[in-house]
Order: sequence, then C-alpha cells, then structure tokens
Amino acid sequence: MLDPILDIRGLTKTYPGGLTALGGVDLQIRKGEIFALLGPNGAGKTTLIGAVCGLVRPTGGTIHAFGEDMGKHWRTLRARIGLVPQELSTDMFEPVWRSVSHSRGLFGLPPDPARIEAILKSLSLWDKRNVQIRALSGGMKRRVLIAKAMSHDPELLFLDEPTAGVDVELRRDMWKQISEMRERGTTIILTTHYIEEAEEMADRVGIIRAGKILMVDEKDAMMKRLGRTEALISLAAPLAAVPEVLAAYPVALIEEGRKLCYRGGDGAGQGKTDVAEVTKALTRAGIDYTAIDIHESSLEDIFVDLVEGREALAGGAA
Amino acid sequence: MSLFNARSAWTIYKQELMRAFRTAMQSILAPVLTTSLYFVVFGAAIGGRMQGGMDGVNYGAFIVPGLLLLTLLGESTSNASFGIYMPRFTGAIYELLSAPVGVAETLVGFVGAAATKSLILAAIILTTATFFVDYTIIHPVYALGFIILVSASFSLFGFILGIWADSFEKLSVVPMLILMPLTFLGGTFYSIQMLPEPWRTVAMANPVVYLVNGLRWTFYGSSDVSIGVSLGLTLAFLAACVALIAYIFRTGWRLRN
Ligand SMILES: Nc1ncnc2c1ncn2[C@@H]1O[C@H](COP(=O)(O)OP(=O)(O)OP(=O)(O)O)[C@@H](O)[C@H]1O
Ligand SMILES: [Mg+2]
Repeated sequence: MLDPILDIRGLTKTYPGGLTALGGVDLQIRKGEIFALLGPNGAGKTTLIGAVCGLVRPTGGTIHAFGEDMGKHWRTLRARIGLVPQELSTDMFEPVWRSVSHSRGLFGLPPDPARIEAILKSLSLWDKRNVQIRALSGGMKRRVLIAKAMSHDPELLFLDEPTAGVDVELRRDMWKQISEMRERGTTIILTTHYIEEAEEMADRVGIIRAGKILMVDEKDAMMKRLGRTEALISLAAPLAAVPEVLAAYPVALIEEGRKLCYRGGDGAGQGKTDVAEVTKALTRAGIDYTAIDIHESSLEDIFVDLVEGREALAGGAA
Repeated sequence: MSLFNARSAWTIYKQELMRAFRTAMQSILAPVLTTSLYFVVFGAAIGGRMQGGMDGVNYGAFIVPGLLLLTLLGESTSNASFGIYMPRFTGAIYELLSAPVGVAETLVGFVGAAATKSLILAAIILTTATFFVDYTIIHPVYALGFIILVSASFSLFGFILGIWADSFEKLSVVPMLILMPLTFLGGTFYSIQMLPEPWRTVAMANPVVYLVNGLRWTFYGSSDVSIGVSLGLTLAFLAACVALIAYIFRTGWRLRN
C-alpha cells in the first residue's frame, strides 16, 4: 500500500496477567478511508486501538502514523489522532461546552469558540452546551465523547464501538456524521459488533479474532469473495447419498438425508444460477422436493462463520 | 518537536482548580472548621494551663506552624491523590493518555493545581489563626518558601499515591495510617525536647519532625533541629518523588496497562 496513514507491523500485547490480547497484528490503513474492525468480544479491538493511541504499552512490534514512528514522535503524532473510547468515561459533572473546550486545550490548541460551536451543532449538542454531561442520555453522552475527540481536528479518528447502546434512528444519524467527517478528509477507524454498520459505511473491513487479523479486504471484494448462497432443499423422501447428477455442485446431505444443502456462489449471482441448475437436475433425475429455502449470506454470516472457526467456507473460496 | 506543551499543562491546571471550587465546601470550609476547633481545644483549653508557653512562645502561637503543617500535609496528599485517582477510576484518564502530554505537563497540571490549593488553604488557615491567637512570622520569606516546598512535595507524594492505589481504601489508608500518626507524633503540638529519652531519639527518626521544626523556625527563629537539615531533607524528599514519577511514566506502570 502506498503511504499508509497508519502502518502497524508485528504488534503484540501481553497483559501483565499473561493474557496475550494481540498476537502479531499487521495492518495498514489508507488515508481518507473508513476502516471497520470487526470482531467478537475479547478479540483485541480495544487493545489494538489503545496501543496506537497511547493507552496501552505494546509488548512488541512497531506503529507508524503519518509515516513517522509513534514510539519516537508520539508527541507530535498524538496531536493529530483522536479517540472515542468504548466506555462512556469522562468527568460527568462538567458541562458539555467546558468539557469539549477542555479537550481542545489538552491537545495543545488555542481556544476556538467558533469551532467548538460548529462541532456541537453538527452533533446536535448545541442546545445542551450548558448541561452537565451526567444529565444527558446515553446516546448524547456518546456524542459528547465524539465532540471531544473532534475538538482538536484529528486527521485520524478512532471510534471504538461508536453506536453501542444507540437506537436505530440515532445510529443512522451517527453514520451520517461519520460519513461527513470522512468527506472533510478525516481517516476513520471504527470497531463494531453491528455488521450492518460495517456494511453500510466501511470502505474496507478487517476481521479480528483472538488477537489476530484473519482477513482484510475491500468491503465489496470481501462480500464477493466470501459471499455465499445457501440453499436448503427439503426432499420428499430421504436420500442415502448425494445423487450423481449433482456431483459438480457444492452440495451435501443434512438432517439424515432429508435435506440437501447447497453452499456456494460468489456473492454476485452465481449462487442463484447454481441453485436453479440444481433443482432442474433434481427434477430430471426424478427426485421430488417439497420446499426450497434460499438466502444470501450477509457479512454477519461470514463473520459468524469465521469467528466460530468454520473456516471451511473461507477455505473453499480460496 | 516541542518538549513541553504549555497549553496542555495550563488546561489540566485550570481544570483541576475548577474541580476544587466545585467542591469548595469540602476543600475549604472543612479545614477552616477543623483548624478552629484545634485552636479552641489546644490553644484555649490546654494552652491556658501551660504557664510560660513553649520555648518562650505562647502555647497558642506555638502550635500555629504545627497546625498549618498538619493541614498542608493532609490536604496536599489527598488533593493530589484524588486528582489523578478519580480519572483512573472512572476511565476518563483515556483522554490524558491519548493527548500529546508527557510527564512534565501532567505534573505541572495536577501537582501544580494541588499545591496551589494548599497555598490558598495555608493563607486561609493563617488568617483564621489570627482570630484565636497572636503570632508573628520572623522570617516571612523563608516561611513562604517552606510552605511552597512542603505543598509541592506532598502534592507529588499524593500524585504517586493516586497512581499506586487501586482502590479507595488504599487511597485513604496511607494518609490515615501513616501520615496522620507521624504528624501527631512529629511535634505538632509539643516540642520534641519535652520528650524523655529514649523517645526523644526515636522521634528524630520521624521525618515530620523536621518539617514541623523547619516551619516553626521560620515563625519563631528557634526550633529543635536546624533549618538547614529541615530544608535539605524536604528538598531530598521532593527530588525522590520527582524521580519516582519520571520512572512511573517511563514504564507506564499502573497507567498504560
Ligand atoms: N487491562 C487488561 N488487563 C488484562 N487483560 C485485559 C485488559 N484489557 C483487556 N484484556 C483482555 O484482552 C483481551 C482483548 O480485550 P479487548 O478489550 O481488546 O477486546 P475487544 O475486542 O475490544 O472486545 P469487546 O468487543 O468486548 O470490546 C480480552 O481477553 C480481555 O479480557
Ligand atoms: Mg472493545
């Protein structure tokens, strides 16, 4: 990748208790993209973000941001990076305005009321500027944390589960705001449990599990490469073996031969064509069936497959 | 690349002071009340029976430096320790850790604010004392210097405590079980010379003795130990705290795990 904005190589983190949260992570982030880091609880997402932002001291590996070594030039580099943490943790007794202004000062920038006003307005927090943070709803609190992270105009912004605990409407709202940030040139790395979130807004998706990056790809390419059509054909009578005529297709008998399961395709229509061919072949062979259930795997299915260790699916695609 | 982010340090300092004013009742009124009570009990009740005072100084006046120190040690330690412990406890420290802020800015911000609070408190206590006793300060410049030095040292000490503690219990155990007894045994309300041997010698192992007597010297020009020794020890304590904090930041201990 040409001039990545963030270049992580061989990053490891073993916590004092002996738990290895990151087991050699390599990851390059492109300037201007939205990158979604997807992984189950305890995969190491927060640890990875923490290592870049200075919250966690890495055990090994290197991190370069904007082409410079984070370990050496942390002072200048951190000023260009923003972080919205997973937990709603900030001084809850502070009013919104002061809290956000404080963040700007902490990052070494002179006060700029106009900029703070613009940020608060863009996050619909302007009306609440004099309200203590503890008096806001959960979704509002999260937006305050986003405002704080934006207050020093970072070029690289980390959002650790930005929409956790946020209702659907607010979530769409937040997606919009994140897209707007990207349009203004901010590179965004977010973690999420919501597949639809990655699907909706990410340019690229990385899947992390047990401290290892399993795969990184363009969202569309990943869908295409892994996108699978799954069809369950209920047979009128159980079969003992997969019929000869279907030998060319990725099918298997399940539920004691009462159902024929097709898994295949390329996420771009091939699967549906295959299923049509399979049913025609069945008819020609005189095998009767009573129902067909067909669906496309979403990113979620891929994700679930991967994290449950059913990599057979991914392996088959290679 | 700059080595010190003045604006960041100032931001932390301001924030910390603001936090103190938010809890003004607790951080200012409480010490004033406590000090007044000490004056009433020790100064008026006991002092009235102390014929001739201590070392030629009226007993009520004699305890002013000790009382001042009692408050300074306690408040500097607890203010600074809470200042850094609370964000650690709530998780709000993430912002500080992710900011372009190093050990210098953090110290100037947190410890500076805690020490400033102590200085304000010292002024209030000395003012309160004038309502109860007549006292003089023979070496006002030394007194101010010594008060600043003690405030800074124990704010640093409190800062370390706040990083070390991983529970509220630990946070209060050191001031309660170590600092308080040492202060009371350190000649706050009496002269070490009044103690019989071997307790007089044992008392000399108590570092607070040197602090109390250093401050007492700046008030009345006489004390149980020489001002040079007092100043030297206080400075050494300050230097040790700074070195320890620098080490903590380099290793990330309790902060970056
Ligand atoms: N401070 C810590 N000390 C010890 N172990 C830790 C610490 N923080 C995290 N871990 C462990 O490291 C692993 C990775 O945790 P991490 O928080 O990075 O996961 P995550 O992907 O962010 O999970 P989630 O989706 O639940 O937020 C987990 O097993 C966790 O228990
Ligand atoms: Mg997490």
